[in-house]
Formats: sequence, structure tokens, C-alpha cells
Amino acid sequence: MNWVHLDWVLLVVAAWLLIGVAGVFALRRLTLVARVLFPAGGAFGLLLFGVALSSVMSSPEVAVLPIGLPSLPFHFRLDSLSAFFLMVIGSVSAGVSAFAAGYFRKGEGTPPGLLALEYHLFLASMALVVLADDAYAFMVMWETMALSSFFLVTANHRIVEIQRAGYLYLLIAHIGAISILLCFGVLQANTGDYTFASMRVQALSPFWASVAFLLALFGFGAKAGIVPLHVWLPEAHPAAPSPVSALMSGVMLKTAIYGVLRVFFDLLHTTVWWWGLLLLAVGLTTALFGVVFAAVQVDMKRLLAYSSIENIGLLFAGIGLTVLFSAFGMQPMAALALTAVLYHVASHAFFKSLLFVGTGAVLHATGERNLGKLGGLIRTMPWVAWVTLVAVLASAGLPPLGGFVSEWLLLQSFLFSSGLPSSFLDMLIPVFAALIALIAALAGYTMVKFFGVIFLGQPREEKLARARDAGGWERIGMAWLVGGCLALGLFPVQFIALIDPVTRVLVGAGLGETVNDSGWLLVPVAIERASYGPAIFLLGVAASFALAFLLVRLLYHGRLRRAAPWDCGYRWQNARMQDTAEGFGQPIRQIFEPFFRMERELPTPFDAEPRYRVSVADHFWHWLYVPLGRAVERLASLIGLLQQGRIAVYLLYSFVTLIAVLVVVKQ
Amino acid sequence: MSWLGVFSQLLEIVMALLLAPLLSGWINQWRAWLQNKSAPSVLQPYRMLHKLFNKESVLAEHASPLFRGAPYIVFGCMALASAIIPTLSTDLPLSPAADAIALVGLFAFARVFISLAAMDVGTSFGTLGARREMLIGFLAEPALLMVLFSASLISKSTSLTTIVETLAHRDLTIYPSLAFAGVAFIIVSLAENARVPVDNPATHLELTMIHEALILEYSGRHLALLEWGASLKLFAYSCIGLALFLPWGIAEAQAPLALLLAMPVLILKLAIGGALLAVLETVSAKMRIFRVPEFLATAFLLAVIGMLVHILVRG
Repeated sequence: MNWVHLDWVLLVVAAWLLIGVAGVFALRRLTLVARVLFPAGGAFGLLLFGVALSSVMSSPEVAVLPIGLPSLPFHFRLDSLSAFFLMVIGSVSAGVSAFAAGYFRKGEGTPPGLLALEYHLFLASMALVVLADDAYAFMVMWETMALSSFFLVTANHRIVEIQRAGYLYLLIAHIGAISILLCFGVLQANTGDYTFASMRVQALSPFWASVAFLLALFGFGAKAGIVPLHVWLPEAHPAAPSPVSALMSGVMLKTAIYGVLRVFFDLLHTTVWWWGLLLLAVGLTTALFGVVFAAVQVDMKRLLAYSSIENIGLLFAGIGLTVLFSAFGMQPMAALALTAVLYHVASHAFFKSLLFVGTGAVLHATGERNLGKLGGLIRTMPWVAWVTLVAVLASAGLPPLGGFVSEWLLLQSFLFSSGLPSSFLDMLIPVFAALIALIAALAGYTMVKFFGVIFLGQPREEKLARARDAGGWERIGMAWLVGGCLALGLFPVQFIALIDPVTRVLVGAGLGETVNDSGWLLVPVAIERASYGPAIFLLGVAASFALAFLLVRLLYHGRLRRAAPWDCGYRWQNARMQDTAEGFGQPIRQIFEPFFRMERELPTPFDAEPRYRVSVADHFWHWLYVPLGRAVERLASLIGLLQQGRIAVYLLYSFVTLIAVLVVVKQ
Repeated sequence: MSWLGVFSQLLEIVMALLLAPLLSGWINQWRAWLQNKSAPSVLQPYRMLHKLFNKESVLAEHASPLFRGAPYIVFGCMALASAIIPTLSTDLPLSPAADAIALVGLFAFARVFISLAAMDVGTSFGTLGARREMLIGFLAEPALLMVLFSASLISKSTSLTTIVETLAHRDLTIYPSLAFAGVAFIIVSLAENARVPVDNPATHLELTMIHEALILEYSGRHLALLEWGASLKLFAYSCIGLALFLPWGIAEAQAPLALLLAMPVLILKLAIGGALLAVLETVSAKMRIFRVPEFLATAFLLAVIGMLVHILVRG
């Protein structure tokens, strides 16, 4: 039999579905589910990664599956863009599945077999979303993805907050889905043909193209979590089990980025410059908002959720820059910006899933999510701590890890954007670049807080001394993810060569040639302009580290004595005297005060039991969502007037409707 | 890669490592003179390092390997930074490995590690220092990046050697963008190197200390490496300043004679710069820690305005 790549991908999807079904038969047998089903799912994730890796370079493949409604078969198409996202889905899910094999325990809401079903259904639907080649298949898979992840989020469905978080997630996911559906409605341009192949050849007028653009931005933005549609993220992530948060943040948000790229560059194939400006503005607002909120959080998973919002913002800003460049016909620059976006998609997928599974390990070992009750875990959980440190450094955008490469590419594309036809835009670009730099630096602040408060210092609770390090499966999963982070950091040249066909498909230019010529150095344009060699960079730091170490030992000595910490000679210090997560966020609260809706309660000197309380809330919740919710409720109660509960009244309604329909039909 | 390039690269690293403590000693001497005190010898920092290296290291009981490794990492970062920045010559084999953005990333890397190490022991001062260091960092880092961007807009490159070559070859026209960037750069380097008015390097055990709070738990060789690293950082920042704003006299590719000349020129420039820094520190008062963000935000905005001015003047 002669199998093409697409067949293999569909095989993986089918395998995932079968594993899910097997979970239903092993509903409460945790060992079977954890030791067999999840690792098997992970193995198929690896297979998907391998298949996608080999298909990035090859030409598009199509398939039509006669499932679904009689006259509406599912169209699938595997091109470079889909292959790239399949690669991310496969590789990240492999690590997360291995981690999940050791993560799920007994007695947490949904039985393990059902979780396995939902989990693998979620994976399969994400893979099919990026394969779908008609609006019908896309929407079915998009909804499957939303629903399966909703059930995963509410795994502990007996807790009221989790129910609320799940509901909010489902609501915003559906509002977004409606918008995407309308977008496809515009894109088919009255042909009635909803295949992407037909949409690609339609030429929309600028007005309708802009309408489609705005609908897509709203719809996919709701899934990705752009401001002001971000509110579900910080609720859903703490509620979901950690492997699920890892998948949602690392992979599911990226399907929204996939949708944006697919619609903007493939289906719409014309771009207007103000789209780019709007995307830049939305993206940077989102990023700044996300990082500022992340810096003041005290719940570790909430902090990571806000950090995801920040990264999504950066991705949207990069897409905006790509749109801007391609609208002005500057294809090489567009390719540079798009490469930065795709690079960040991959590196964020790895480091954010790693961070989330790291919090999962901490949560299991300690039962605490609150940063104020953690601390000092590097001594009891060294494995998790060191692995998380790599993700933290990547997330802070530090060389020589993956986060830095994408940031570097993004800044390069900002910096060399001069030559835009409008001087107004030329002036705006440096301001945007400055914002990106500020956001990146703030991300570093946030990540130091995250790592320092959880893993360093003295344990803030007694039970933390008994915390146990992660188990075997969890370690395997984390090791795979950390390998991804390191590989993305150290081999940018090879990875960009891999991205090259994707950017060629989307914007008609790529960095592959210039990058490949320069060997180990990453040179996006020309060597006099900019270059970066992470391997040499790491070697330089490591060599000077080793030399300093050896020379000090040889010339002097290696004597060491352990004693009580000095702390200026103060003897009575305890863990409570360390800076807390709130304390670490305080300068940010002060500097970025207008961002927050803050309520402070200060004690007076005469209080018998002085209490200090400060709550930080989101303006958007108060000024947008609460009024909106009230308005909807009022509207619903108006409609409720129709509901009289008497059969005669309903018969009257039917009668009136009938008359009305007859009148209309008659004319 | 030429042999001369390798030689000038090695020469640069060795010179930075050896001269950095001397620069600190020189500035301390000037400070003492200006404050009408009898000054310590200019060689005092070397004696200090020698003494610290000889002493045994006392480590807190529950300090993790991160705490022990951080001094070496910080030292390694600073050594690499001084290798990347073109001080004597622009023909440096290591320079393509990191451009201006990566240089800022390198400083950030060191900052993150020293802050994490300060949080590791879990004392009140350590975490306080870490928070303040990161606070200064998140404002100073983008400002430094914008300063470097102003220069790279002129040379259309973020590669440090190209920037320096372009700036060294310009005729004596004044770039208004560089004037803004220059002021911003001075503010950033004061903050980043823990100088007055942001932090006071001469005092210890002050409630407002930043750098000293970070390294409070270190002793012996670890402390020596951190102090050496700090003086290397000051050296590196001075060299960035000289390379961006006064690049004349630097040797370019294939010019062994120019390399010979470049060294005394650099030392002269550093000596004058160090004395000016001492004057600046003597005439200004230390500022309240709550004012520091404003101070640094000014630098950030100045640097951004510098970039805008460049675009305005050109376009």
C-alpha cells in the first residue's frame, strides 16, 4: 500500500479516537488508563510529529472523507502551514501525554477513563482543525475542540468556581465560533460553496474583505484571548488539571493563530494596510495588559494564564507587522516577521506547556496553588525545579533559549522596517518596538517572581518539607519538553530552514536561503546587518564559567563552610520575613496603577486586629462584562414575559405565527 | 577569521579582565579626592579580590547549587560581554555571535541569575534586593535597547562592529538622535551599575541598598567573582558608551599598528570618563527608591524620542 503523509496523519487521529473509546471501557481502572492509554497517545503524538516534520517540505495533499451529512463530505488538506501546526500539536502533546500518564490520580471528579476519552478527542479535534479544508469540517472540529476542552476544564466539576470557569469558557468560545461562522459566510461570496478551495479563488471587494477580517479577528481572538476577550483564560487555566492547561495554553491557543494565518494570508489573499495597524495595536495592548497582570498575580496558574495572554499579544503584533509589510509589497520583510511569529508559536508551545506541567508537579506534591504558601521547593523537588528553570528562562526571553530567538527576529523586523511608504507608520514602528522591549523585560520580572517564590527561599509552610519530586512518567514528559526548549534555542538555523516553505506559501518569500548560507550563525538578512549564534553564545558563557571555576580552584582553594544565613546578623528571621508574591508585585501595581481596578483596605493604628487587604481586579470585567451580563439578563426577562405557562397562550402564539407565515408566503 | 582578529579578541578579553578593577579603583580614588578624603591606592580593588579569593567561602546551610553557581554565571556573562563589545578593534571573531540585542539579553541573563540567587537563601534583604534589581532591570533594559537602536538606525545594522565602524567613519556632523540617546545612556548606566543617584556603591547595610542587598549572603571567592563581575560590567558599559558616542581611534581590520595605538587611546578615554563619573556622583544626591522608576522612565522616553528624531530628520 502506498501511503501519503495525510493518510498517516489520519491514522494518528483514528488511533487517538480508538484510545479514547478504549478509555470508556476502562472507566475506573486508573492503572490501565495511566500506564497504557496515555503513553500510547503520547507515542502516536510522536508519530504525528515525525510525519508532519517530513511533510512540511512536500507539496499539498488532499483527501475527501464521506462522513458527516450526505452531500457535505469532509475535505482535508495537508499543506506546509497545516504540517507546521501538526508538528507543534504532535511534539507538545507527546510530552504532555507522558506527563499525564503520571499525573491523574484517583478521586478527582471525572473518572480517569472518561478523561482519557475527552483528552484524546481534544487532541484529535485539534489535529483535524488544522487539516480541515472546508468551513463545515472546520466548524465541526472547532466545536468538538471547544466542547472536549470544556469537559476537561471541568474535570473537578463538583467545585463551584470550576463550574463557573467552565461556563465562562464555553460562553466565550461560542461567541467566537459564531463570529468565525459568519466570517466563512462572507468568504464564500454568495457561491454557496464552503470549501476553502473555492474561497481561495473568490475576489472580495475591499469592504467585504475587511468585514471578513474583522469577524475572523474577533472569532479567533476570542479563542486566543486577545483583550478584551481574554477573561476566560485566567479562570479556565487554574480550574483545569495541569496537563490540560498545558495543552490548552501551549497548543489550543495556537489553533487560533493557525486560523488567523489561514484566513488572512490564504483565504483572503489580499491585505489592507490598516488591518496590520489594528492587529499591532490590539496585539501590543493585549501583550502589555497580560504581562502587567501576570506580574501581580498570586496564584501560579493564573500567573501563567496571563503570561499566555501576553504571548498571544506578541504573536498578534507579529502577524500585524506581517500584514503591514505584505500590504505594501515588502515580501522579504513580511517573511521575517512571519518567521518570528511561527518561531514564537513553537517556542511558546514548548515552554508554556513545560511551565504548566511544572506547576502540576508542584500542585501534586504540595496541594498548593497559592504562591504565598510555597517556597524553597528546589531543595525537595530539584528535578522539577531545574527543568522549570529552563522554561522560565525561555519564557523570560533570555538567550540562548527559544523565546529569545523569536523576540530577536521580531525586533529585527521592527528595526529594519524603514521604507514604509507612509511616514506616519514609519514614526509609529519604533514606538511599537519600544513597547515590545518593555514587554519582554516585564516578562523577565514576572518569571523571576514565578520561579523565585515557588522554588527558592525558605518554605513558607511546614508541609513543603515533605514534598516529593515528580515520578518517572512525569519526568519523561518534562524531559521531552525541556529538550524541545533547548533545541529551539540552540538550533534556530535548522528550524528556520524548516519554516521556510510555510512562509513561502503564505507571503511568497522565505528566509531559508540567506539563513542556510551562514552555517551556525543566524543571519536573517546579511551578516553586516545582524547575526546571532546561540551555540557560540552558550559556549562562551560555559567556557568562561569553567575557566573561572578551574582557575579559582588551582590558584586559590575550594574551601567551603556551611553556616546559618547571615542577613546582616539578624538571628530571628523566619520564612515569613521573605518577600511575598504580593510584595514582588507591589512596584508593578504602583507603576501601572491605571491598569488595575484596585481596592485597598488599610488598617488604622487603633485597630485591635489590624488587617491589610488589597484586591486587584480587571477593569474590563467591571466596565464591560458585568454591564453586558446585566443587559442580557434584562433582555431575557423581557423575553420571559412571553412565557406565561398556560397552554392557551402558547396556542395563541402558534396561531399568530401561522397567520404571519401565511401572509408572507401569500405575497 | 584572521590571526590578527583572534589576537585582538584575546587581547580585548585579557585587557577587560585586568583593567576592570583598575577602573573601579580609579573612580574610587577620584571620589575620595573630590570629597576631600585621603584616597585609597588605585590598586586597592586588586588587593581586595586577592584577599577574598584567599578566604574560605561561608555558605548558608540550605543554599542550593543555584546559589553557588550564580557568581560563575554572572562572571562568565560579563566576560563574554566585554569580549563582544568592540573596544580596541572591530575585527573580532566572537562578535557575530551576538549583536546589540543579544548583548542586552546577556546582561539580562546575568541579572536574572543574580536575582534568583539572592532569593535562594530566603532572607529578608536578599529577596528585597532581588525585587529592586528586577525593578530597575525591567526599565533599564528596554531603555538600553532603545539607545542601541538609535545607533543601529544610523548604521542600518544591529551588529556592534558595523555600528562602531559606521559611527567612527562619519564626519563631524552631529546626530540629534544620538544626543538624546546619550543622555538616556548615562542614566541607564548609572542605574545598571548601582551608582549614585540610584544606588550607592560605597555603602553597605542601608535600607535602600540594591546591589549590596543582592550579594549580602556571599563571601570568599563567590563574593570576589561577583565584585569582579560588577567592575567588568562597569567597564563594559563604559566601553559601550565610548564605542557609540566617541568611537574615534578604534582599530579596524588588518591594521596591527592601529591596534597598538588603540590601547592608549582607550585607556585615556576611560580615565577621563571615570573621573567624570566620580564628579557626577559627587555632585548628585541619592534619590528615593520610589523615584527611581520615574528616573528610568525618563531615560526610556528620551531614547524613544531619539529614535523618532532620527526618523523625522531623515524623512
